[in-house]
Amino acid sequence: MTVPISWYLVLASVLFAIGTVGALTRRNGITIFLSIELMLNAVNLMILAYARLLGDQAGQVIVFFVLAVAAAEAAIGLALFIAVYRLRRTIDVNRLNLLRW
Amino acid sequence: MNQLWLVPLLPFLGAAVNGALGPRVPKWLTTLVALAAPGGSLLVALVVISEWRHGAPAPFEQVLYAWTRAPLRIDVAFLLDPLSAVMTFVVTFVGFWIHVYSTGYMSHEKGYQRYFVYLNLFMGMMLLLVLGNNFLVTFVGWEGVGLCSYLLIGFYYDQEVPPQAGRKAFIVNRIGDFAFLAGMFALAQRFGTLDYRKIFAAITADPHALQTPYMLGLSFAAFVAVCLFAGATGKSAQIPLYVWLPDAMAGPTPVSALIHAATMVTAGVYIVVRTNALFQLAPGVLWAVAIIAAATAVVAATIGVAQNDIKRVLAYSTVSQLGYMFLAAGAGAYAVAIFHLATHAFFKALLFLDSGSVIHAMSGEQDMRRMGGLRKHLPVTYWTTLIGCLAISGVPGFAGFFSKDAILGAAWQAHIALWAVGTITAGITAFYMFRMFFMTFHGRFRGTEEQHHHLHESPPSMTLPLVVLAVGAVVSGWVGTIPFLHRDWLGHFLAPVIADVGHGHAHAEHGPGLEAFLVGASVAVGLLGIFVAWRLYGRDRNLAGEDAFIARFPAVHRVLANKYYVDELYDAVVVRPIAWLARMCFRVIDTIFINGTVHVGAFVTELIGDLGRFTTTGNVRNYSLYFFTAVIVLFCWLVF
Amino acid sequence: MEVAIFSIFAFLAVAFAVVVVAHPHPVKSTMSMVVVLFCLAVLFVLLGAPFVAALQVLVYTGAILVLFLFVLMLLNIGRERATPSSQPAQRWVALIGAAFFAGFLGMLMWRTHGPDTLDALTPDYLSIHRLSWDLFTTWLLPFELVGLLLLVAVVAAYALARAPLPGEMSAPPGEATALQSLAANGERGNVEPEGAER
Repeated sequence: MTVPISWYLVLASVLFAIGTVGALTRRNGITIFLSIELMLNAVNLMILAYARLLGDQAGQVIVFFVLAVAAAEAAIGLALFIAVYRLRRTIDVNRLNLLRW
Repeated sequence: MNQLWLVPLLPFLGAAVNGALGPRVPKWLTTLVALAAPGGSLLVALVVISEWRHGAPAPFEQVLYAWTRAPLRIDVAFLLDPLSAVMTFVVTFVGFWIHVYSTGYMSHEKGYQRYFVYLNLFMGMMLLLVLGNNFLVTFVGWEGVGLCSYLLIGFYYDQEVPPQAGRKAFIVNRIGDFAFLAGMFALAQRFGTLDYRKIFAAITADPHALQTPYMLGLSFAAFVAVCLFAGATGKSAQIPLYVWLPDAMAGPTPVSALIHAATMVTAGVYIVVRTNALFQLAPGVLWAVAIIAAATAVVAATIGVAQNDIKRVLAYSTVSQLGYMFLAAGAGAYAVAIFHLATHAFFKALLFLDSGSVIHAMSGEQDMRRMGGLRKHLPVTYWTTLIGCLAISGVPGFAGFFSKDAILGAAWQAHIALWAVGTITAGITAFYMFRMFFMTFHGRFRGTEEQHHHLHESPPSMTLPLVVLAVGAVVSGWVGTIPFLHRDWLGHFLAPVIADVGHGHAHAEHGPGLEAFLVGASVAVGLLGIFVAWRLYGRDRNLAGEDAFIARFPAVHRVLANKYYVDELYDAVVVRPIAWLARMCFRVIDTIFINGTVHVGAFVTELIGDLGRFTTTGNVRNYSLYFFTAVIVLFCWLVF
Repeated sequence: MEVAIFSIFAFLAVAFAVVVVAHPHPVKSTMSMVVVLFCLAVLFVLLGAPFVAALQVLVYTGAILVLFLFVLMLLNIGRERATPSSQPAQRWVALIGAAFFAGFLGMLMWRTHGPDTLDALTPDYLSIHRLSWDLFTTWLLPFELVGLLLLVAVVAAYALARAPLPGEMSAPPGEATALQSLAANGERGNVEPEGAER
């Protein structure tokens, strides 16, 4: 028996939710980032599942681009964190709150 | 005749030009413009009136343009009929000579240009008033002269009293204006027009329709008549709205002469005469007019007896003489009222200008107790003042004799009590006028050394108008009712204006015996008044007579000197409650409610801000949470 | 067979994802992430996208996560300490919201795409040839743009992360002490995120 597509989709949803929790809950900036990457991968999974369902290979191309963009984003995000660390000696987002009231 | 519109326009033009030129142009230019305007107006008026007299006898109307159309048609238009012709002549003639006088009197004032702007403006407004062919144009002039009166009374704005006096004049006038407006509204509603000729034609066509009950238990005619007369009491200083006129003496003396003697205050008389058709249909109102007028005349005369400011004496005299005019109107002798209006314009303006000459010579002093013996120093002023006083006292040969006699004759026909009050008042008038005369010009000089040093006769710019007006004070009497000769040129001239409805108008003819009695009585009281004044104040007695009187009747004198405490009464009954109400409105309604509402709005906004700011924690996790929540909401909304 | 593979790797993915999110030590989180990505790569293969799976391992795991590890090492980030006021409300709302969201989404997915019979994988679908052909024809523009994007990202990352040149202001005044202590102590500034929140 083949795996029903819905299983992939549900898995993707679960992974997405886990990633969301991580992004909202953690204090370490880099871990938050990691959670966001997890969300991205969940979405990739979902796209590929749909591509398989619809028989269209364009889904794989899209995932390809998502991957590339994720790489770019990760690079810049980490560079930002390094810059922030230089200034504030912390990457605890609770302490990066200069815009507070 | 088509140049009629120039008559009111030229003064407006003069005001505009002088206003535009400003105070920094050479004085001769200001003077030139200021005199050219009323002078031109006078010339055009004379030309137009004579042209009209030689042409058709019918009234001449000139329509400039339609101001409003439907549903109420009102034109900016002028009417030249006997009444407006007489008024125009008086206004332009006396007005012009007062302008000339002003060039001398005001020559040292720093507001010279401003003065003439206002004065020219006043002339224009007054001419609008008398030449308008409908109530609204007249009312524009009515309000306009009120405005100019305010501006000119408060001319010395940097002092304390003049602005207050100006405000008082304007506010008291406003009360009268309100009544005037009510009358206008009623007329517009009933007749669908405010045009004089149309309204009076409609009235004469069907007079009795106006005598059915209309409002407040009055017939239509009575209601409108009451409204218009109420307006007249404000403008023409009768009881109860006369209180502004004595205070108006705070303005420059030529202003008092022109506005508060010869022209503006006569506007009320003009209106009553113009609308005589309505008054004739409301006999009750005419009685009220006559009674109020008589009361005003005698009360004002008694107050004048106890005044020491030379201008105040003349002010109360004006109130009293205006009472005479309304007495004539109330007795149905409308032409006689206009007659006295004209003669009074001459001799009262003359007397005011004389007082100005005296004040000018006395370096600004107005208290008669500090004058005296000015005869030697001010000859022209002396003789012209004497002529004025003789005129107002009703001495035969001078103008006042003829007009006052005509009034008393009409009063006798109306009711003997009115005649008695009028005659007694004539005696009192003669008395206080000659009291003024003797105190000022005879006896010993009672002022300071400094004032004595500066005593001098006025320059020709001031004395020439005095002479001209003095001539007028003599000559103007001969145009009206002349007793024993059955001649009344003015009465016949004005006859077309008097409507032929009801039974209002008095017939002028008495039997010769009665005539002799009436004439004799009025001359006698006049001479008696002069005699008493001479006994008390003449023959170098200076103030001894006055002091004796005060010693014997201190309470009487105090009441008279304080004008029967009317101002204090008004203050307590009217002014203070309104001021209290204004304060309450401010404290309660304005401060609490209106300000409060605004504050509540601000407070709520602040509160929202104060609470809302807790969402900006600066913590990116919280922001992500908001984001996520919104996504969920959106998601639910999209799916469901 | 397929079901078995799927089940195992799906389970592993979820388990290690939880570890990623929950473990206090960031390096351990990152290593768990590596496992997750590997599992996902397997699932990609199952879905008939071997190329993407290879890319995933090479690029994502091999480059990106290594970058993460490098940065963690550079900044010497340690264990995340629990603090008294780390906003428990936030945590609870997030958990509940996410659970709700997952359940909802999952239910939705389940409903709309119940057990289906998928078409068999064709060689054409699996071929790289077709994929790269599409990439360089239909999708040429996005491809080039992504390349440009990567270039820009590299430049930006360098510009952001480099040490400030002499005279260049990189910190507001007041923060200078942090910089100075960093310079003075080398990289061994205090790296443990402290407990007390501002």
